Amino acid sequence: MMTEIQEAKKMSTKIKEKHEVLLSIRDLHVWYELRRFGFGLAGHVKAVDGVSFELEAGETVAVVGESGCGKSTLMKTILGINIPTAGELIFEGKNLAKLTSNELQKYRFEIGYVQQDPYAALPPFMSIQQILEEPLLISGVKDKDERLERIHKIMSEVKLHPVDDFIHKFPHMLSGGQQQRVVIARAMILEPNLIVADEPVSMLDASVRVEILKLLRALQEKHKLTVIYITHDLSTVKYFSARIFVMYAGNLVEKSETRRLLENPLHPYTMALLAATSDPDAANAETFKDIPPGEPPSLVNPPKGCRFHPRCAKMIQGVCDEKEPIEFEPEPNHFVACWLYQP
Amino acid sequence: MSVVKSDELLKIEKLILYFKTTKGVVQAVDGVDFELGTNRAVVILGESGCGKTSLSKALLRILPRNVEEYSGKVTLQGTDVMTLTDEEYRQNVRWVGISLVPQAAMNALNPVIKVGEQVAEPAMLHLGLNKVEALGLVHKMFQHVGVPADFVERYPFELSGGMRQRVAIAMALVTSPNLIVLDEPTSALDLLTQANIMNVLKRIKRELGTSFILITHDIATSSELADEVAIMYAGQIVETGDAKDFFPAPLHPYSQMLMASVPRLRSESDPIFITGQPPSLMNPPSGCRFAARCPFRFEKCNQEPPVFQKGNRKVKCWLHQ
Repeated sequence: MMTEIQEAKKMSTKIKEKHEVLLSIRDLHVWYELRRFGFGLAGHVKAVDGVSFELEAGETVAVVGESGCGKSTLMKTILGINIPTAGELIFEGKNLAKLTSNELQKYRFEIGYVQQDPYAALPPFMSIQQILEEPLLISGVKDKDERLERIHKIMSEVKLHPVDDFIHKFPHMLSGGQQQRVVIARAMILEPNLIVADEPVSMLDASVRVEILKLLRALQEKHKLTVIYITHDLSTVKYFSARIFVMYAGNLVEKSETRRLLENPLHPYTMALLAATSDPDAANAETFKDIPPGEPPSLVNPPKGCRFHPRCAKMIQGVCDEKEPIEFEPEPNHFVACWLYQP
Repeated sequence: MSVVKSDELLKIEKLILYFKTTKGVVQAVDGVDFELGTNRAVVILGESGCGKTSLSKALLRILPRNVEEYSGKVTLQGTDVMTLTDEEYRQNVRWVGISLVPQAAMNALNPVIKVGEQVAEPAMLHLGLNKVEALGLVHKMFQHVGVPADFVERYPFELSGGMRQRVAIAMALVTSPNLIVLDEPTSALDLLTQANIMNVLKRIKRELGTSFILITHDIATSSELADEVAIMYAGQIVETGDAKDFFPAPLHPYSQMLMASVPRLRSESDPIFITGQPPSLMNPPSGCRFAARCPFRFEKCNQEPPVFQKGNRKVKCWLHQ
């Protein structure tokens, strides 16, 4: 069983060896220990359970899923905050598990993190200058003029114009959109290769949302950044990401190019997500939406077989509730972990 | 609008709610007018800070201490509720006539009381039922919102976010009011849960004939329930109209830009963003409040536009004179 999965995974990774791979994740498991009364193992929360993918330099990818599906754990593992239970995470040829704590700190400099709630992510007692100077100080930029120059440069890049007006302000004096620009500037100031953006626009107003997404897009193109965009909002994905990964209960259930996935979703869960996303249209009020019943499973004791099977209308008795699905490729570069597509 | 005129449920005229702060007076709700018919749903859309939540507070008369001015005329089923004293209002209007599902309601449940008892409480207080009768009613309401009956015995922490939101909606329903005000009912929920809650609201509207005021900034989700749309900007309603007319072709420049800013799954249009920020409600500009961000502004915009009637739609913009 295990070898089958690994074989399938090897097949999928082989295709893209021509390009420069920035981040490669192989069969990653991140489990949290559950303890009873503070000691004695009571089980594991299998937050990420067998995730594999590769990212080329300069690629944008969206990870879509509901809360509790393991998106944040995956993100934190990539950021070097969580330690993988099993599997490999290789960034620019370095295996994350084998780094010393010094090297791990350096590794973190190479990754930028854009948080979800800008107001919570910015320390209220620090001015914008102090906030942006902090990463430079920690990473060892000793020259004060250089630090200031870099702060000015990054602030004009995220369009906090005029820079001198903003630089001495505190976060509470800025609007939500401006705060998010500061967060992006802070993520970008060490010139990372990889940016992890965790729902960067979900806390913002609709009118500002697009502005921030376009800014991120422009920065990505200009600096050839690799961006992992974590979201639950499928409607914003196509404006931003070339590829899309759908995550459910700790697994990636579907991986594809964005267009192809939106036009031809394969996994029943992806179909449900697309059906639940509405466009503004008065006709919506006339009909009820077809939503799978129930809620995502507990990750402590996930259902046997396919984790979506208790909610799935297309469940095959005796297959989906018995065997964990392996990854199939019904069309080129479109992977889906679902028994419906077994050749 | 013939439907609205024939059996009118709620009519709001010149509703004003100003707050006193150390820096000056915040004109959070500044002369709001709209009407709502029985078994209709109106969606109030606007950016954050435009006074949407203050409007819901003004309607329910849940006011903080720093109120500078609270005036206007709110007619609910023929009675002018603004003339009632606080005690009369509490007994006859709040919960019985209008109930509220506040923002983040699912986190507002009391953590140490079973959800069944919490939902039963308004029924006991306002309908004079005893506990057994009230719990019977709770079972019925839980059926309407899709909460399993045995959840009555559970505590809020034992429920998921979507279930808690359903409980909050059940609580608003239990006194069978004609009007429910929902303040951002889905904004903290997951995609599939959001769609589920909208299904629940639609079903309640069909089965119980309740009217809704839905306050949100999520335009796409709001279209799931809307019969009518009201666009709020800087404390004022700038456009009202039937959802069927509004969604394909909004009239006010702000509404047009707001609609164009929505990323769409099923169309190729490139969303735009609205430059600038809404004006401060402390000292709003004298003319049209949107003029500073409006691409169509002309000399007349220095004066405050009146509300122009266009068919059965209303728009507060000189372009539609």
